[in-house]
Amino acid sequence: MNFDLTYLLQIAPLLLKGAVVTVQATVLGTLLAAVLGLLMAILTRSRLRIVRYATTAVVLFVRNTPLLIQLFFLFYILPQFGIALPTYLTGVIALGIHYAAYMSEVYRAGITAVPRGQWEAAHALNMPRALVWRRIILPQALPPIIPPLGNYAIAMFKDTPVLATIGILEMLGVALAEANRSYRYYEPLTMVGILFLIFSLFSAVAVRLLEKRYAAR
Amino acid sequence: MTALLDLLPQLMKGLQTTLLVTAFAAPLALVMALVSGLARLAPIKLLQWLAIIYVELFRGTSLLVQLFYFFYVMPLFGMSLDPVTTGVLVLALNTGAYGSEVVRASIGSVPKSQREACIALNMSPAMALRRVIFPQAFVTMLPPFGNLLIELLKATSLLSLITIFDLAFAGNTLFQTTGRTLEIYGLVLMIYFATAMVLTLGMRWLEKRMGAGRDLEFRP
Repeated sequence: MNFDLTYLLQIAPLLLKGAVVTVQATVLGTLLAAVLGLLMAILTRSRLRIVRYATTAVVLFVRNTPLLIQLFFLFYILPQFGIALPTYLTGVIALGIHYAAYMSEVYRAGITAVPRGQWEAAHALNMPRALVWRRIILPQALPPIIPPLGNYAIAMFKDTPVLATIGILEMLGVALAEANRSYRYYEPLTMVGILFLIFSLFSAVAVRLLEKRYAAR
Repeated sequence: MTALLDLLPQLMKGLQTTLLVTAFAAPLALVMALVSGLARLAPIKLLQWLAIIYVELFRGTSLLVQLFYFFYVMPLFGMSLDPVTTGVLVLALNTGAYGSEVVRASIGSVPKSQREACIALNMSPAMALRRVIFPQAFVTMLPPFGNLLIELLKATSLLSLITIFDLAFAGNTLFQTTGRTLEIYGLVLMIYFATAMVLTLGMRWLEKRMGAGRDLEFRP
């Protein structure tokens, strides 16, 4: 089995276009997950018991069910309720919700690490709750958890190929479409593997830098 | 309610495969994790490098890509396995690579004084690992291994993409024949969730048993 370099060069532009989609989906998904995750973490500390329990249950459920099925669920069921989103957006939302559940646990760890005295001092100063979160708790809770959040962003990146199943042409989707057309799986799939490896190694280095930067605090 | 019951037989058939694949892949992943995790700590450079290459290769490329690679490309090199074997193998190799880091970290977390005590008692390194270091590290490994087991269970859903009739595949088939999306995918999610909860409880029980008497002094 020979590795056909000319064929690879032929499809390289397509694969790189797929890589752009992959990176875009990861970035958008991470942003969504970071916001939703924080919201979930704050809601699990709500003063209303129902809100606390409901949020905890949602987080538990999302973390313990496969992303693939969640994706299908959103893809097939949202349109039934009249919410017709572009496929790409559905994919990003699925990634965002799935990883928000994971990230909420990271946020929770960061928030619990803030000493109790900080809450008490803020209460003593008669600060409203929203202000306590914004000015006292979050500025202390967030920096140490940036590296673990980065790790989840990398994990999400490696989950983006799942989006190919609903027809999004990210890296794997492009490679499979190309392979189905030419009946050549070797070159496209190897290339996708190598691209993933390169991205992962670079992002691992990036997270290590983040760790160095925020560990000092 | 009766509308849901007629979906169950098919889904249960799929669940069987899901459980079977998990049951085969999990022990294999454990072996891979232990072998490569210990190889990382071995005093032989070649073993260390082999372990690093294995871990980076399987952690660095996506599971789904690996699955398709083994399914479509490996047969070109004469490695023709049936889909289920391919699936179990890839899941085990992938999960094992993540487990390898757990093994490494857990062994590293055993206090240095334990190692020093072994040296003072003139134990050989192999014996120290077997009798002193590993038993303590193993208790630390269990909670992260529990998480990996859940990740493995969830990852089995990807096997539906290489033609294996698992729970996800059963759901897709039912969806194509009946079109009842909400019920089917809702039910599939519930079944995955229930299975994951059972596995979590099992791991909790195991943690308790293995950790019995060990962590008493650390409890606040």
